[in-house]
Amino acid sequence: MTGIHHIIDTDAAMLRAAPMPRASLSRTQWTQVAEDLAGGKLTLLSLWGSKNHVYMALLDEALGKLGVVSLFCRSKHFPSIGLFHPAAQRLERAACDLFGLVAEGAAEARPWLDHGRWLLSHPMGEAGPAVPQPPYAFLPVQGDSLHQVAVGPVHAGIIEPGHFRFTVQGETVVRLEERLGYVHKGIGSLMHGASLARGVELAGRTSGDSTVAYAWAFSQAAEAALGAQVPARALWLRALMAELERLANHLGDVGAVCNDAAFALMLAHCSVLREQVLRACDAAFGHRMMRDGILPGGVSRDLDAAGVAGLRALVAGIAKAFPPLVALFDDTTSLQDRVVSTGKLVPDLARRFGAGGHVGRASGRNFDTRRNLPYAPYDQLEFKVPGRSDGDVAARVWQRIDEVFQSLALVTQILDRLPDGPIYAEPPAVGEQREGLGLVESFRGDVLVWLTLDAQGRVLRCHMRDPSWFQWPLLEAVIEGNIIADFPLCNKSFNCSYSGHDL
Amino acid sequence: MHNFLLQGLLRRPLTDKAPKVDPLAVEELGEAVKFAAYRRLGRSLSIRQVDAGSCNGCELEINALSNPYYDLERFGLHFVASPRHADVLLVTGPVTRNMAEALERTYAATPEPKWVVACGDCARDGGCFAGSYAIVGGVAAVLPVDLHIPGCPPNPTALLQGLLALIERAGTARSGI
Ligand code: SF4
Repeated sequence: MTGIHHIIDTDAAMLRAAPMPRASLSRTQWTQVAEDLAGGKLTLLSLWGSKNHVYMALLDEALGKLGVVSLFCRSKHFPSIGLFHPAAQRLERAACDLFGLVAEGAAEARPWLDHGRWLLSHPMGEAGPAVPQPPYAFLPVQGDSLHQVAVGPVHAGIIEPGHFRFTVQGETVVRLEERLGYVHKGIGSLMHGASLARGVELAGRTSGDSTVAYAWAFSQAAEAALGAQVPARALWLRALMAELERLANHLGDVGAVCNDAAFALMLAHCSVLREQVLRACDAAFGHRMMRDGILPGGVSRDLDAAGVAGLRALVAGIAKAFPPLVALFDDTTSLQDRVVSTGKLVPDLARRFGAGGHVGRASGRNFDTRRNLPYAPYDQLEFKVPGRSDGDVAARVWQRIDEVFQSLALVTQILDRLPDGPIYAEPPAVGEQREGLGLVESFRGDVLVWLTLDAQGRVLRCHMRDPSWFQWPLLEAVIEGNIIADFPLCNKSFNCSYSGHDL
Repeated sequence: MHNFLLQGLLRRPLTDKAPKVDPLAVEELGEAVKFAAYRRLGRSLSIRQVDAGSCNGCELEINALSNPYYDLERFGLHFVASPRHADVLLVTGPVTRNMAEALERTYAATPEPKWVVACGDCARDGGCFAGSYAIVGGVAAVLPVDLHIPGCPPNPTALLQGLLALIERAGTARSGI
């Protein structure tokens, strides 16, 4: 067999417990991967660069195995994956902006994160002075009676900045083109040389709504690289925090989607429940968003009896208050009229882009790292991964509703079975360079962190891939043919992260 | 639906009492605030929030100000969609190089008199992102800042305390003139 399938052979147990092997590919093999991605045999988990190499994390969904591959880029060129597999295009553009790596034959040569304002070009590669850029050329649209609506980067609501360029015919959207990168903070370069403590601080501030998931994914990558043993109680407390974070976000977003369909009552009630979660988290873990609660080796705060009682009361309260809200959502005709059949994401696209989270699961891609690539303690917990295939705004709301109930049940299970013991064990010093991969299910989907640590345990390279990378492009697809007034609904039902994507 | 409305009549309100004004925040308000101008505003302020590079954590807590527990509008504070309607710019995040011009333009579009509140540790000096090639610095690196609310993110109570401090000064200033 000439294929590269034998390279994709790390199963979940190996992934979670040991340094991540990496296969150096030849250019021919690299191109074979592109074909396997295009043919749907593999799913792209991420693509990223370093000074002279380009990397991919790949998943064989059928076998539940994954692998990391790399290619040496002679004179900074590599064969484009995006040419065959569109999900890779923006990642390639980002690698080009940051490292100066050129994807040969790429369909798309425009910069992505680099807006020509950094005073540097290729800040993480061989940095040079900034090269003047022509104004960003949005894709041309041709046809009768078209006009353009430009929105952002500063939006009307209290949300993150980004630019949306709509081309509309009457009220119908013919094309949406996103331009992102406005909140690029250069986290990748700040990571270089960082201690694990500094690294996890940055990871936890990459996308504030997923601070627990990011800190966990970073810690997982570091712990796998170092072969660190994490105390059981710490792992269970991590899962507790992760489910509370999921609850807070899902509750907030269910209300916010309804608010975008002019149904403010749901927003008010859901925001009360969200606030209750945050207050209980504050009481239990000392921070409303549980920031800096997870670090490589364990967790920073233990949970006491008062915290447990508070969380039990929280779960009981939401279990009682939420079902009537779900009924209200279901029974309100004006609301259903806005969400049903709006912003449909077809399963084929969700699969090709490897869309994670509620976006993928509401469109037939029933993937959840907690089950598909299990990590402790989820391998010992009972939960279902709900799924749908309608793919419209309604399906994404229902998906989140279903996941709220799963998270409530998980919180109760964790509280019932929380093991005793220490909450932290210092990761060992290994005295050699190591690589590790972390994959954690955030409320939005799978967060991937790939780490190279030097012999002193400092970060040489940290690549973090937000689930939004594979969701943003799909938002462009689902809005086509919808009226522009439905964009806020579609957008909120996705709720992609700008900061997590722009990094 | 009927049940929700009925409950609304019968249940005690969820809204918290107004927090005490944070002495620290008042101090930070400093001399930069032009007191006389408050007379023209009365006791209500329109706020335009601008994310100049935040991690989105600050936005979550700013949004929480509108939930029934904090109910920001009862203090005469409300969020507006356009800088042209705003008295206050509430700016979050380290200012990224890619957002600096948009922030400046938003400020330019805000009519006088206007105030800038920097929200969160990043907005003070870039926070944990300071020193990156992609960051200009804190909000003060781009705009004149009148008040800073610390925290990562500041919780809604801290935000309220800071914003009420701004109004309190307005009251003092008015009686003093
Ligand atoms: S202060 Fe904290 S929450 Fe606010 S933007 Fe900075 S890192 Fe995020």
